[in-house]
Amino acid sequence: MEVMDAVRHVEEGVDVAGRSRRLRLRRPLTYAVMVLLAIFFVFPVVAMVVLSLQPDETQVIADQDSIWAFFPRALSLQNYEDIFGRDVGRAVFNSALITVVTVGLGLVVNSMCAYGLARLQWIGRSVVIGAVVALMIVPFQSVSVPLLLVVNRLGWLDTYHVQIIPFVANPFFIFLFYQAFIGLPKEIEEAALIDGAGRWTIYRRIVAPLSRPTFATVGILQALFVWGSFFWPLMVTRGPDVRPLPVAMQVLFSDPNVPLGDVFAFAAVMTLPILALYLAFQKWFVQSVASQGLKG
Amino acid sequence: MATAIEPMPRDRLSDRRRRRGRELLQGWGFAAPAIVLLAVFLVLPFILAIYSSFTDQRLVPNPNLPTKWVGLRNYRRLFENESFLSGLVFNGIFVLVVVPLQTAFALGLAVLVNQKLKFRNAFRTIYFAPVAVTMVVVAVMWTSFFNPSAGLVNSVLDTVSFGFLTPERFGFLNWALDRHGARAAIIILSIWQGVGFQMVIYLAGLQSIPDSLYEAARIDGANPWQQFRHVTIPQLRNTTIFVVLSTTILAFALFDQVEIMTQGGPQDATQTMILRLITFGFRQGQVGMGSALGVFYFVLVVVVAFTQRRLLKEERAVA
Repeated sequence: MEVMDAVRHVEEGVDVAGRSRRLRLRRPLTYAVMVLLAIFFVFPVVAMVVLSLQPDETQVIADQDSIWAFFPRALSLQNYEDIFGRDVGRAVFNSALITVVTVGLGLVVNSMCAYGLARLQWIGRSVVIGAVVALMIVPFQSVSVPLLLVVNRLGWLDTYHVQIIPFVANPFFIFLFYQAFIGLPKEIEEAALIDGAGRWTIYRRIVAPLSRPTFATVGILQALFVWGSFFWPLMVTRGPDVRPLPVAMQVLFSDPNVPLGDVFAFAAVMTLPILALYLAFQKWFVQSVASQGLKG
Repeated sequence: MATAIEPMPRDRLSDRRRRRGRELLQGWGFAAPAIVLLAVFLVLPFILAIYSSFTDQRLVPNPNLPTKWVGLRNYRRLFENESFLSGLVFNGIFVLVVVPLQTAFALGLAVLVNQKLKFRNAFRTIYFAPVAVTMVVVAVMWTSFFNPSAGLVNSVLDTVSFGFLTPERFGFLNWALDRHGARAAIIILSIWQGVGFQMVIYLAGLQSIPDSLYEAARIDGANPWQQFRHVTIPQLRNTTIFVVLSTTILAFALFDQVEIMTQGGPQDATQTMILRLITFGFRQGQVGMGSALGVFYFVLVVVVAFTQRRLLKEERAVA
């Protein structure tokens, strides 16, 4: 026994020494890898911002494939002034409006539906729950062409509501709210019911405030979807009046007469507000996106 | 049965009935807006998609040619359409390349930022940031980086290889202008934007593995690689199933970046199903064809989703 112990001690001693040497080597290596990866993930955004601040188009073209894509040689807002002269203000307004209204209505409609499903007993409830779960699987693209036919007949093309109303209700968001609501303790609600509070009051005053994290999660997720939405607006918008940012970006980008500096400025306008929000509410963003893992 | 009901004071019975009646109304009241919207904008178009896929429905109807039933003609034409088949090929290549690469990359990133290191939160923030960048912007940025003569990518490759890696020597370095280059470019920018999402899912998975398992493995003398291979990987089985299959579904939906960068070219090398869907259903106004493609796409997604459920269930049955 003693011999075995001694052997083990020796082995452990050797091992510890070896491991700490390996660790001492590994740490800087790990950091080096992580920094390289960080560069890989941030360089497009840095280049976008730096080049958007360069007013001289020939300089943008000269700098875009050199180290000067990352270190500003000029700090001018000329490109930004130029693009706002090109209806970009309108596109920003359109996207902001569509996003805010869709998310606002979506939060109310989807959470109300989930509350009805989670807390009230009514005929048809289990059928609706089954339908919501089944509909989660239907991809929007597969219904887009007949939907285009419908909105075309309704005369909805080139409007705000054609970009809003179809995206308010969402089975996946109903499901997220439903999961959150059934997890809430029933006692507070029951006490409120005995005190004579109506269901609407309970939903607004108790359930909604208690589920703020879920509202934030769903709101961010839906806002990201709507803000970046490209496929549907491409089909239902014609002119610049109601055109959202991604479509406006494509129009600008495919026009060979538009200077690159303007394209980069436009990209920055589309990206920086979202990135700022992401940095400010990071935890919520990550949680939102990760909540899609529940779909499985 | 009727005898089983205990006689009840009248007022209490009617009270309960009234309450149940109220719940019925309130239940529907709460759910109605969402149900109506889902019925009109999801269920109805879905039924229409199946129906129109068997007709020659057009977006702008021709009064002289009423819409008629054409049976399976749309589906037959779909699979005779060269561009659609090219789309299937590129969607397939995209799945086969992106799914393993992105999954492995995401797992690697998650393991890196799960270590007890200084600044690990900063690294997490940075790695996840591209998820917050709109895909259209990502595609525009990378299109200029992949410019063969004036782009950042080729300039970096040229520098680090001391002038060896040039578009003149390697055709694919013409990126969007070359069949293989265009495919590679789309794949690279898609991974750049998407990997942060999978990383976060894996991170959650890693953090749910109990420490005791690693301790047990260490006591058994497992080195870090063996711990990773025999503890981490098996414990992440469900996470991996989710990541692989959700990436597959996203890969079938490939559209934004292709529309911006290559529009399916050169010679249909980067053609995709959804690009074809918008071409048939919208640009050529063939609702019948577009619907048939939509139905086919739906079936594909359902197959993937059910594979996922099946695999997850198996796991539960074993556990």
